[in-house]
Amino acid sequence: MSAGAEPAIVRTAESPWRRVAGNFFANPVAVFGAALLGLIILAAIFAPLISPQNPYDLAQIDVLDGKLPPGSASSAGGHFWLGTDDQGRDMLSAIFYGLRISIFVGVSSTVLALVIGLAAGLCAAYFGGRSETLVMRVVDLQLSFPSILIALILIAVLGQGIGKVIAALVTVQWAYYARTVRSAALVERRREYIEAARCLALSPMRIVFRHLLPNCLPPLIVVATVQVAAAIALEATLSFLGLGLPITEPSLGLLIANGYQYLLSGKYWISFFPGLALLLTIVSINLVADQLRDVLNPRLAR
Amino acid sequence: MLVYLIRRLLQSVVVLAVMSLLVFIGVYAVGNPIDILISPQADQADRAQAIHALGLDQPLWMQYFVFVRDALHGDLGHSFVYNTSALGLIFERMPATLELAIVAMLFAVIFGIPLGLWAGLKPDSWSGRSIMAGSILGFSLPTFWVGLMLIMVFSVMLGWLPSNGRGATVPLFGVPVSFLTVDGWRHLLLPATNLALFNIALMIRLTRAGTHEALMQDYVKFARAKGLSNTRVIGVHVLRNILIPIVTVVGLQFGALIAFAIVTESVFAWPGMGKLLVDSLNFLDRPVIVAYLLVIVTLFIVINLAVDLLYSSLDPRVRLTDRKG
Repeated sequence: MSAGAEPAIVRTAESPWRRVAGNFFANPVAVFGAALLGLIILAAIFAPLISPQNPYDLAQIDVLDGKLPPGSASSAGGHFWLGTDDQGRDMLSAIFYGLRISIFVGVSSTVLALVIGLAAGLCAAYFGGRSETLVMRVVDLQLSFPSILIALILIAVLGQGIGKVIAALVTVQWAYYARTVRSAALVERRREYIEAARCLALSPMRIVFRHLLPNCLPPLIVVATVQVAAAIALEATLSFLGLGLPITEPSLGLLIANGYQYLLSGKYWISFFPGLALLLTIVSINLVADQLRDVLNPRLAR
Repeated sequence: MLVYLIRRLLQSVVVLAVMSLLVFIGVYAVGNPIDILISPQADQADRAQAIHALGLDQPLWMQYFVFVRDALHGDLGHSFVYNTSALGLIFERMPATLELAIVAMLFAVIFGIPLGLWAGLKPDSWSGRSIMAGSILGFSLPTFWVGLMLIMVFSVMLGWLPSNGRGATVPLFGVPVSFLTVDGWRHLLLPATNLALFNIALMIRLTRAGTHEALMQDYVKFARAKGLSNTRVIGVHVLRNILIPIVTVVGLQFGALIAFAIVTESVFAWPGMGKLLVDSLNFLDRPVIVAYLLVIVTLFIVINLAVDLLYSSLDPRVRLTDRKG
């Protein structure tokens, strides 16, 4: 039974993933966004291999190279294409390493928040009653306050550190998923296939996770993509304010904050280039999300 | 209507009480202000005296009880750092933040609505498309970085506008304001633009979507059939009907603007309550943090209520009744 239940509908046409991918790549702007995002992720993953230097290895940096403008020659031979910071670190290398931390924090907090929000939203929609009221009250209360405020309160309560920043970002984000998945699940719950699954006396857990969940995924994927960008931006903001990551985890936000004090003396590159990297990351994610929204929306596909 | 109002007010009181408890426990359970506030050289007797003076030797529930009792008397404790009333400190900074938020909201309305209207009337034109592309950028750009870039271009490179502070202020009904002086405007321009950017993008999107929808309605076709001028159709018939969602969003976003002013104020060293919060968080100045949060929660509750009431007076179809289910 389990083998024949779902694929029977799909087998007649091409697989849904292929159709989505085909539609996705029809838009040149989205392809550009996806390619840019791919490059950024590769740069983040392979940062130690492609960086000209390890910016946090004291043996490789020289204070005498400090605050050099972009394109200057380094004392060890070679060039600092994006200039150096006050410690003589190559900004390009620092950005690659910073991307790593920013993307790690953004993605891990999104995944955690997705899991929590998904479980809460699905249970609320499927079981209803008191659990639904409780979950949705908390969600409503939380969403009536701006994310930055909630994140700042949590940082004030939890203290600083990478785990605590992730915890704060998860708390900020879970409500979005809970609300999205609940509204999707409320619609899906009334469909015939759920009724059929109930008639087969499948366990509630099986119905929720095997039948309800996959059909609620499309809107959730869109929200999750947008939220990765939002989480990266929020982490950068917190770090910029000195309330996010500690100095041992130099994310893009910390790099920008470090360059802030040199901005007024005209040394723009120390905060301009990390900011540009942050901007490109966020814009490319949003371009991908925009196209995903169009592709995954069945109302527009028809 | 009256029942609705009473229910809403009761709900607001409950929300406020819950938030105060959460914030109090959260903020007071973390860190030890004694280590920060008392010099490490102080001897045991000095330490004990300081702890007693700050009330930190009481059990937590007792501290909360004292806190609530004092809060109901309008006293949210004394700042550990400034040694003045925490609430007074916040009210002293509040005009600067409100001024910044109001000017930013004005910018958003002044620029956002016409641009959105244009994009909605000419959706396929080159200009309409670029307005929409620009609005996506407005959503994606991180506020603090845009602030830095504004400083870089207009203060450092061009030297046109100052990069920090509030400039000259004049008292208006006893409240210092800077929008009445030229110097004040020079200081306001960059931070307000920075804060407004997200909302300009939001206004563009909202107005465009509303215009797009309104143009297809029968009453617009009828107005055109009557032979009314294009200006009148758009200025009166279209604009009036898209104003309802816009007013709602302006109201709701005003609270968000005050919250996001935290970032802008930090970048431009604007002496408002957002910067006070960031400084207090860095110093672990707990009474100020708690007071700020309670003030802003109250502000949010008032704004949400005001928007609901305004909404019902603008749109007669909306009835404020107790929602069920």
